Amino acid sequence: MGAALLLIRAAGPASGRSLGLPGPLLHGILLGAALAAFAWILARRVAVLRKGAADPRLDRIAERLRNLLVIGFGQSRQPRYPVAGILHILIFAGFLVLLLRSLTLLGEGFVAGFALPGLGGPAGEVYAAIKDWTALVVLACCAAAAWRRLVVRPARYHDRFAVRSHGGEAYVILGLIATLMVADAVYEGSALAAAGERTWGLPLASAAARALDGLSPGLLRRAGTAAFWLHNLALCFFGCYLPVSKHFHVLSALPNVFLAKLPPHGRIKPPRHGTKPGAAAEEIGVRRLADFTWKHLLDFFSCTDCGRCSDVCPAYATGTPLSPRMISIKCRDEAYAANPVFGRPPAGERPALVGAIVTDAELWACTTCRACEDVCPVTIEYVDKIVDMRRHLVDEGRVPATMQKALASIEKRGNPYGKLGKKRGEWVADATGAECGVRVLARGGAADLCYFTDSATAYDPRLQAIGRAFGRLLATAGADCGTLGPDEVDSGHEARRVGEEGLFEVLRERNTAALGERPVGRIVTNDPHAMNALAHDYEGLETPVAHHSEVLAELLAAGRLTPGAIADGRTYTFHDPCYLGRHNGVYDAPRQVLAAIPGLRMVEMAAARNRSFCCGGGSLYLFHEGEAERRMGEVRLDMAAAAGAQVVVTACPFCLINFEDAIKTTGRAETMEVIDLAELLLRAVTNGKEEPRPA
Amino acid sequence: MDIIVCIKRVPNLAEAEIEIAKDGRRLVADDLDWDVNEWDDFAIEAAVRLKEAHGGTVTAITVGDEEAEEALRRALAMGADAAIHVRDELLAGADPWLTAVALQRAIHGHPFDLVLCGAIASDGASGHVGGMLAALLGVPCVALATGLEVRGRTALVRHEVEGGLEREVEMALPGLVTAQSGLNEPRYVSIRGIRKVADMEIAVKTAADLGLAGKAMECRVRLEGLSLPPAGKGAEILGGDVDTAVATLVARLHEKGGL
Amino acid sequence: MRRILVVADCVGPGLDDSCWELLTAARTLAGAGGRVAAAVLGHGVGALASELAGGYDEVFAFDDPRLVDPDGEGDALALEPLIARGGFAAILLPHTNRGIDLAPGLSVLAGVPLLADCLALAWDGDALAGTRTVYGGKVHARVVAAAGVKGAMATVRGGAFPAAAHGAAGGAVKAEALPAGFAPRRHAIRTVAPAPGDVDISQAELLVAVGRGIEDEENLGIVRELAAALGAELCCSRPVVDKGWLPKSRQVGTSGVTVRPRVYVAVGISGSFQHIGGIKGSPYLVAINKDAAAPIFGVADVGIVGDLFEVVPALEAAVRKAKS
Repeated sequence: MGAALLLIRAAGPASGRSLGLPGPLLHGILLGAALAAFAWILARRVAVLRKGAADPRLDRIAERLRNLLVIGFGQSRQPRYPVAGILHILIFAGFLVLLLRSLTLLGEGFVAGFALPGLGGPAGEVYAAIKDWTALVVLACCAAAAWRRLVVRPARYHDRFAVRSHGGEAYVILGLIATLMVADAVYEGSALAAAGERTWGLPLASAAARALDGLSPGLLRRAGTAAFWLHNLALCFFGCYLPVSKHFHVLSALPNVFLAKLPPHGRIKPPRHGTKPGAAAEEIGVRRLADFTWKHLLDFFSCTDCGRCSDVCPAYATGTPLSPRMISIKCRDEAYAANPVFGRPPAGERPALVGAIVTDAELWACTTCRACEDVCPVTIEYVDKIVDMRRHLVDEGRVPATMQKALASIEKRGNPYGKLGKKRGEWVADATGAECGVRVLARGGAADLCYFTDSATAYDPRLQAIGRAFGRLLATAGADCGTLGPDEVDSGHEARRVGEEGLFEVLRERNTAALGERPVGRIVTNDPHAMNALAHDYEGLETPVAHHSEVLAELLAAGRLTPGAIADGRTYTFHDPCYLGRHNGVYDAPRQVLAAIPGLRMVEMAAARNRSFCCGGGSLYLFHEGEAERRMGEVRLDMAAAAGAQVVVTACPFCLINFEDAIKTTGRAETMEVIDLAELLLRAVTNGKEEPRPA
Repeated sequence: MDIIVCIKRVPNLAEAEIEIAKDGRRLVADDLDWDVNEWDDFAIEAAVRLKEAHGGTVTAITVGDEEAEEALRRALAMGADAAIHVRDELLAGADPWLTAVALQRAIHGHPFDLVLCGAIASDGASGHVGGMLAALLGVPCVALATGLEVRGRTALVRHEVEGGLEREVEMALPGLVTAQSGLNEPRYVSIRGIRKVADMEIAVKTAADLGLAGKAMECRVRLEGLSLPPAGKGAEILGGDVDTAVATLVARLHEKGGL
Repeated sequence: MRRILVVADCVGPGLDDSCWELLTAARTLAGAGGRVAAAVLGHGVGALASELAGGYDEVFAFDDPRLVDPDGEGDALALEPLIARGGFAAILLPHTNRGIDLAPGLSVLAGVPLLADCLALAWDGDALAGTRTVYGGKVHARVVAAAGVKGAMATVRGGAFPAAAHGAAGGAVKAEALPAGFAPRRHAIRTVAPAPGDVDISQAELLVAVGRGIEDEENLGIVRELAAALGAELCCSRPVVDKGWLPKSRQVGTSGVTVRPRVYVAVGISGSFQHIGGIKGSPYLVAINKDAAAPIFGVADVGIVGDLFEVVPALEAAVRKAKS
């Protein structure tokens, strides 16, 4: 086979004349023009990035390289959507293989029989065979992808807010890829046909040869030359087309993955990178395109409009005005429209980025659950961008009235409920006056554990029961635990995420001061939002922070708590709270607690762990409801029911409230229960004699 | 157009335990947090929107103690251009009349097209200052506005009138309008917004500065004393069969003006 | 023995109930041998003046096309000369929208003290004294008008005094002319009724709220009937909106509308934290719920523990009977 292939190495245009010019000269002109156009287009695109705000992304290189290998080259996020994902993996891998062939063909434009270094000789033979088989597979994948778009038409591709479809671009790209391969096959096939060769080593080229059979040698030669030019023209066009289409991701995705936000994911972007917290700025947040960081602009370039983000978005699923992908699409469209590749920017004022292009209602619909970011194959960030745009809305005073009420109450009384600050520690005793064992720490008071309840658990009578259940478990285990009581104020987690940066700073200072006045070993909280705030938003707070599920798992592992059996015939499932799981990666501790309860029948929902579906509680959503068709909590209960569960165990006060509401609104009061992890464990530890909960 | 907004800082009593001071005329303030009177928020918002639409200036005025500056800062953060703080211990117990007199004196020398007040304050709840101020300024007034537009030298005001109806009224400017809740959706005032106006100068005027002394400082209504209504604990559960309980309830509703 | 003036409020073609409530107050303040007068303003108010004369000793009728729409400024300009010469010890107005629009300006024009929104009125020597609520109804205040030769004005809360019985005739009706140079600077253009369904429950004085206890959309009817009987607006807690049974504009709570009614009847509402958070201004809170442990009873003033499907129709019937 090898000899045959060497023989039939097609005589490239380098050896002849085309359009009356020597082949290499014409090729040089073509390539030079394409490279110049490509460089120009890319420079125009990069100029947009250069307008963006600062964003340091070159730290922790090892982690970035790992992301590049795993998420980028490894395509690790693709298989979550099996059909599209595997097609993409095959096309991507094929593309890498075919890239070498395309470069070789560029070389052949200058030097007949050109081979890339290392791909001459037998290695080249092997590569040729691999390449040809790969091309066959990729061609099939392109056909399958086109079939999906044309016939199967997955709902994901058609966003209900899309003003225009990018489907046309998809066909152009699929067509270009196919053209490259078919042209190459004809180019090689013409040589095979001329030599009368067929080989299973080159199935595609052989097929082309079969099709060309019977042509005269002269015609074969001209067909091969034409195919060669077609390939290289298509390649040049392809390269220049990428940065002006949604397929910029072919170029930008790998850098984007390398530059991705690194954990902790729950750490919100500061208003301005490179300025100290609390530093006065005339304006914060994102008002114009250029207020985004350059990396966030690169995100827009990298979006392929695949729709996975919106497909997993609870706000999109429940019919709110938000579709995360449309944020990327609309911002990119605006970036391109305002910065055309050729010609001057359009005259006149651009529509307001925040308000007209991205609407207020869209921004207020996000619960910051991070499902979109977790699924995005090219690691596009949404939460930081949405918070940044909300910061602008807050600066402008454009805040929904119900949210204003909650924020004003936080400002005046330290909690969104408008309850008195001095009553913040009253939850430690139940209605009968019985205390749970958590002490309210006076200034200077020390404790091993400091229980930060945050506002929901401190004030909502239903949630106070979680605090007391946790307190009784700690007391049972002999753990020493105090709480800040009236000196605690709202963690500011939600305030910060709705964009009220100034209020957050005030709250952070007050809590940091209150914690600083009490020597405590570790902070614990049942509220993942508070945990996230204390661990990641409170810069300078050195005390370690744990979630109550982690502390309970430790106490169980140490044998300090001995749960009795719960075998009540019901099936339990665990709902992963967004800020425990996706934002902080705590998936196992709560499951360890559940596994420690003998007899407990557990089932996992299909959307478990990082695929969890938000309850609808983030971003002060207990206080603000925008337009929606369904409640997220109801959708989640449907998922639990589909998994066959009668009891939903959760580990976040917002989740609990939303699910209890959803149980009532979906008429499941008789068939379903929702309970906090601590309450369930207390039930097991006390053999059913746990603290009664208020209705 | 130049607009004056009269505002007041009031205590938020929600959930608070109310205690009356020994002199019987004030509340013990330890537990209270304070804010701009809710209706005044609508007035400020209306003023700022008119300024944004028509140009001009917005000046906020309050009569109150040192702490009342907070209310003026909020107004500035919402978009007011200047603020006047009428601050004098002699005005501490001012009734609506004396408050209106002080406001009128403070406004004197500031040409205006429109004065906006909240329709009512959540503490004293008389709803009278705006109307009195208009009469003192010698300008027309429309109370309880739920809609407000300015066309040239005329204000087009929609306001609440008898029988749950609303009436559109044309008022020649200069004039005064009192803002009913729902006139607009007041913008949010962020902590950063407040910080940004922290250094803006606020003109402070004493009673003497306003030429108020002697007889001019007399209230027309004297507060004799505050008292707490008799407090109950939890609901009084009406017993007996349904008809008995319902009969008692009807009697109670009658007493409370529910019928 | 004093002379008292009441400014009559009209609603549509008829007199407002406040005319007869203020008559009671006026008679009390006038004392034995005192005289009570009413002023009525409008265009074509002859019949109203005659009706007022059935209870008042004298009626001043301002009948003029220029008064066709109640107008705070015009009415004040009309009334001022009457007050200046009338020697009234007290001038009473209802604390209605019209009273609020009219009273402050009139008090300044007339140069008399003004007491606001009084629940009770009495003489403190020669000074008019009133009891009123302040701080959202949480505190009572006793206020006294400075004694002056021109008397004092007060606005009076609806329902604070029982309506006085009145007969067919009695008082003298005097036609009053508008003063020379009568030139109000505001003019009514049109009167509009809020679009039906476009209710603003935040402004409602009386509210009947329905919650999850109603169980089914079809059952809402009995609560609607109760609200209609009371003359109250219907509102609800969140689950009812969630089910789509009532529009969001009727939802009371921290995530809905904040209301400040005088009376709030909660039917089948457990009294969640979020719901109670939307009720401000300390209304008289009535709870009807089958669960004696429902938190609503912890915050309500009065409650009936029972099946709402029995209690609500019975209450509606009793209310209708009491009103007729």
